Amino acid sequence: MSSQAEIVPTRYMEAINLGLADALEEDDRVILLGIDVGAGGGIFTVTRGLHERFGSERVIDTPISEMGYVGAGVGAAMTGLRPIVEIMFMDFISVCLDPIMNQATKLGYMTNGALSVPIVFRMQTGAGRSAGAQHSQSLEAMLAHIPGLKVVMPATVTDARDLLLEAVRDPGPVAYIENRRLYAMKGDLETDPLPLGKARVARPGDDVTVVTWGQTLRDCLKAAETSSASLEVIDLRSLVPLDIETVYRSAERTGRVLVVHEAVQDFGAGAEIAARVGEEVFDLLLAPVRRVATPAVPMPFNPALERSLLPSPEAIAAAAEGLVAEGR
Amino acid sequence: MALIRAFETRVSELYRDGEIPGFVHTSLGQEAVAAGVCGALREDDYMATTHRGHGHVLAKGADVDGMMAELFGRATGLCGGKGGSMHVADPARGILGANAIVGAGMPLITGAGLSSKLLGQGRVAVAFFGEGAVNQGTFHEALNLCAIWDLPVIFACENNGYAEFSANADMTRVASVAGRTAAYGVHAETVDGNDVAAVHEATDRAVERCRSGEGPVVLELMTYRWHGHYEGDAQPYKPEAEAQEWRDRDPLILAERALVESGAATADELAAVRAAAEARIDAATEAARQAPDPAPEEAFAHVFAG
Repeated sequence: MSSQAEIVPTRYMEAINLGLADALEEDDRVILLGIDVGAGGGIFTVTRGLHERFGSERVIDTPISEMGYVGAGVGAAMTGLRPIVEIMFMDFISVCLDPIMNQATKLGYMTNGALSVPIVFRMQTGAGRSAGAQHSQSLEAMLAHIPGLKVVMPATVTDARDLLLEAVRDPGPVAYIENRRLYAMKGDLETDPLPLGKARVARPGDDVTVVTWGQTLRDCLKAAETSSASLEVIDLRSLVPLDIETVYRSAERTGRVLVVHEAVQDFGAGAEIAARVGEEVFDLLLAPVRRVATPAVPMPFNPALERSLLPSPEAIAAAAEGLVAEGR
Repeated sequence: MALIRAFETRVSELYRDGEIPGFVHTSLGQEAVAAGVCGALREDDYMATTHRGHGHVLAKGADVDGMMAELFGRATGLCGGKGGSMHVADPARGILGANAIVGAGMPLITGAGLSSKLLGQGRVAVAFFGEGAVNQGTFHEALNLCAIWDLPVIFACENNGYAEFSANADMTRVASVAGRTAAYGVHAETVDGNDVAAVHEATDRAVERCRSGEGPVVLELMTYRWHGHYEGDAQPYKPEAEAQEWRDRDPLILAERALVESGAATADELAAVRAAAEARIDAATEAARQAPDPAPEEAFAHVFAG
């Protein structure tokens, strides 16, 4: 693992850039494909400098043609390259779902392992800036529902770099989902990171296990600072693989589980976690599993309306305190 | 061609008799396309095909026993019984797979062409597809990418006149695939797809262009699908006279006639080729019948790589 510790504190988006540079540096087969990722440096400047450093055969601008270039990334992964394919907004998987859902995640299985597809689908989401209903969706549950696809959602500066590197090194397809509300967040780049597939206890506590990933980690940690309840905050880091054991171990102590996510609540990943907790450690629960998530509506443009829908530290703290109050 | 004819004829019968599960799409009548294109390729050249891909896969060199066993879903199949007719693949021979999503092979083969170019592999990458797939966005997106990146990719359009049940002329104002290609600044040729020598020569020219770095080529290979979209499709949508006209231009008989007329082979030798193909398929069929199903735990293998 590369050591960039001297650059601290680093912004989340800079850490992604460092991860991309490290991935391109350590393996000549790695290429970056996407719209405006080249000399332009990416629409949010995340890929700035990479084209100059690695050239136009490694950092490749594409037409606005997601079905074509994402599919080409999958074909390139089948034949010797290790592409990182950028999908500018996660919402745009709507126009390139076939290479993800029917090709990359099926070809290894359907060929009994004769083909492998080492590709990273890099994308970003993040509501809260009036981007509207077509630029604000967190669709990780949709992706996690596809067998064979790993789904990672870095919530910290360190994970922004290290989960990306882990994703590139993975022998199969990985969806790496950034949250653009975190782009400017500063943090320390740490060394000796956790491997992909391990959850992290971001803050220890005794009363309520709060399970989250991505941007809402910040909201949960803020809630933990102000809540009258003692919150143990778990950053899942990846939905697939799902480190549910870390959740069970915490729930065994707290007896209460709250799942928090930015994606809409209905049929979201929180439902899967609640079901597993109910199936496996029901007898240890002191209260029902609860969720704090965005209501199932398309995200409105109006800033006040949008704010009213997204999870907030206040809502998380209130839900946690409610769990303590209703406990048996 | 004789092997493909024997294979597809047998598969049609086995499917009718319930021995092969799932869906089956045969390429009877289109054998010259598979043999002509794949005959002009090297073993390590890449190829991606469609739901109607048995002929292409066989012509690219896949093991006949492995193919038949795969259609039966057996553990000895090319994909261990987990792919089936629509997903046969043999990456060791550059066969990146049949594909059950119409048009999906073209972006994938674009990526194979990108690997070939960036890694200096020197391989040509060929996507087979039907004229129906030209109405998918993937054709246009992949062709444009190959054009701007000068990739060594051959778009081999098997124009059999029908997209599933629908005649090509009803689904586009521009029936010529080569004509639609002109918009992308890509070289295209329209060829008699029932003339194996013509297909082979056109592919030779396309391969030469690709290997010399001139970028992609579209080959529009005019042929006809004898059977329905799927086995069991009664084809009420096809005029009988049209079907008969194409059956009279059986590509296998045309090829045999040409060989006899040129003195390259005798009728007896050609009869022996057909008989050998039948015997090969007999053996593959019997082996597939006897082969075991995959072990139950195989259902969980290779969901994730590595």
